[in-house]
Amino acid sequence: MNQQFALTSLSARSVSVDRGGRAIVKNIHFELRAGEALVALGRNGAGKSTLLRAIAGFLPLSGGELTHAGEASEAPLPELCHYVGHADGLKSALTASENLEFWARMLATPSSGESLAPSQALHRMGLKRLADFPVAYLSAGQKRRVALARLFVSPRPLWILDEPATALDVASQEILGEAFARHRASGGMIIAATHAPLGLIDAAVLDLSATDAGAIGNA
Amino acid sequence: MMQSALSALFWRELQLARSVGGGGAMGVVFFLILVSLTPFAIGPDLNLLSRIGPAILWIAALLATLLGLDRLFQSDADDGSLDLLLTAATPLELVVLVKCVAHWIATALPLIVASPLLGLTLAMEPASLAGISLSLLAGTPALTMLGAIGAALTAGLRRGGLLMAVLILPLTTPVLIFGVSAATAASGGTVPFHIPILILCGLSLAAVAGAPFAAAAALRSRDA
Repeated sequence: MNQQFALTSLSARSVSVDRGGRAIVKNIHFELRAGEALVALGRNGAGKSTLLRAIAGFLPLSGGELTHAGEASEAPLPELCHYVGHADGLKSALTASENLEFWARMLATPSSGESLAPSQALHRMGLKRLADFPVAYLSAGQKRRVALARLFVSPRPLWILDEPATALDVASQEILGEAFARHRASGGMIIAATHAPLGLIDAAVLDLSATDAGAIGNA
Repeated sequence: MMQSALSALFWRELQLARSVGGGGAMGVVFFLILVSLTPFAIGPDLNLLSRIGPAILWIAALLATLLGLDRLFQSDADDGSLDLLLTAATPLELVVLVKCVAHWIATALPLIVASPLLGLTLAMEPASLAGISLSLLAGTPALTMLGAIGAALTAGLRRGGLLMAVLILPLTTPVLIFGVSAATAASGGTVPFHIPILILCGLSLAAVAGAPFAAAAALRSRDA
């Protein structure tokens, strides 16, 4: 699996992000290596989503720097990451498999890591019977599962997940936990913001509400 | 790989435009209603109608093109697709261009096909009917591309459609002037037909070349 070495480290040095002229995220440090996970914790409004969106490249940094190293380090960081945010990125007029097939082609990467066909990815998330249903008729949890199935259709080393377990039932959370373990075992990285436990073992914790400087500890 | 991504995007956009609420058919219905209302408002003066026919068709086409454009990026911004498109390896400029091409095919092409039929209801001459179709064919790409800049600027706003129209309509003035003059030149007059048509083609090409960069820049800084 080439993915094993695609991204060996990601480090943030005094990263700050502004929104609307206010510093939301101040002076964050972290260091992630292949196979590691980082969980961002904090009260509502602490800047978890803002930090994740900045790492994914949707927001400019107002200070500090993000550096990544590895075989794929010439590629910009956004092209190495899967982002699953609050919005599911699904078109309600299309079916689950049409949505997923589109993203499989749109997010395709040159790296040759493990990837599933859209139908297999839906099967893994337990949505096989709903593949040909328009997304408009799916429940919030089912939509979230279709969005999470995107993680499997294109191999990308960094998963950025903003509250991935929202609206998921217990069985789906277990599937997600297994997917996390498999991704980390093959050398992938995960950065997640969450309020609920995600089943990420030995993940580093970044507590955004603790102090001005993000304190880093171990869970 | 990039071709595969762009063709996937192209077909998805066409499929969405065709589906209910996609707005593909809305533009042409709006165009039809607007043009057929004009004779009722102006009265059965055939000379007057045939003289102002090209102008009516062009203004109706302009408004019909803008009608669906506000959703071009806003629906993607609302459902999170726009964020994901930013993480694709395909440059955002090409994504914008492909979305615009699909939008043009879904909304402007039906207008161009319908325009000669509607020209008949405005008592236009046959030469003029061909002229209006050709001028719309040459000019509507510029309208779509200019509209895409406005759509990108207002993508993050709720009810940004009106703001988009206010931003973009003044910029479409040159297209409107040369579009109408091409359509009227086709049925005689002092200006040869090819001059306004070539200027229209030039405006469209300039918009196709420049607008994707402006729209992509607006989309990238949407959140900052």
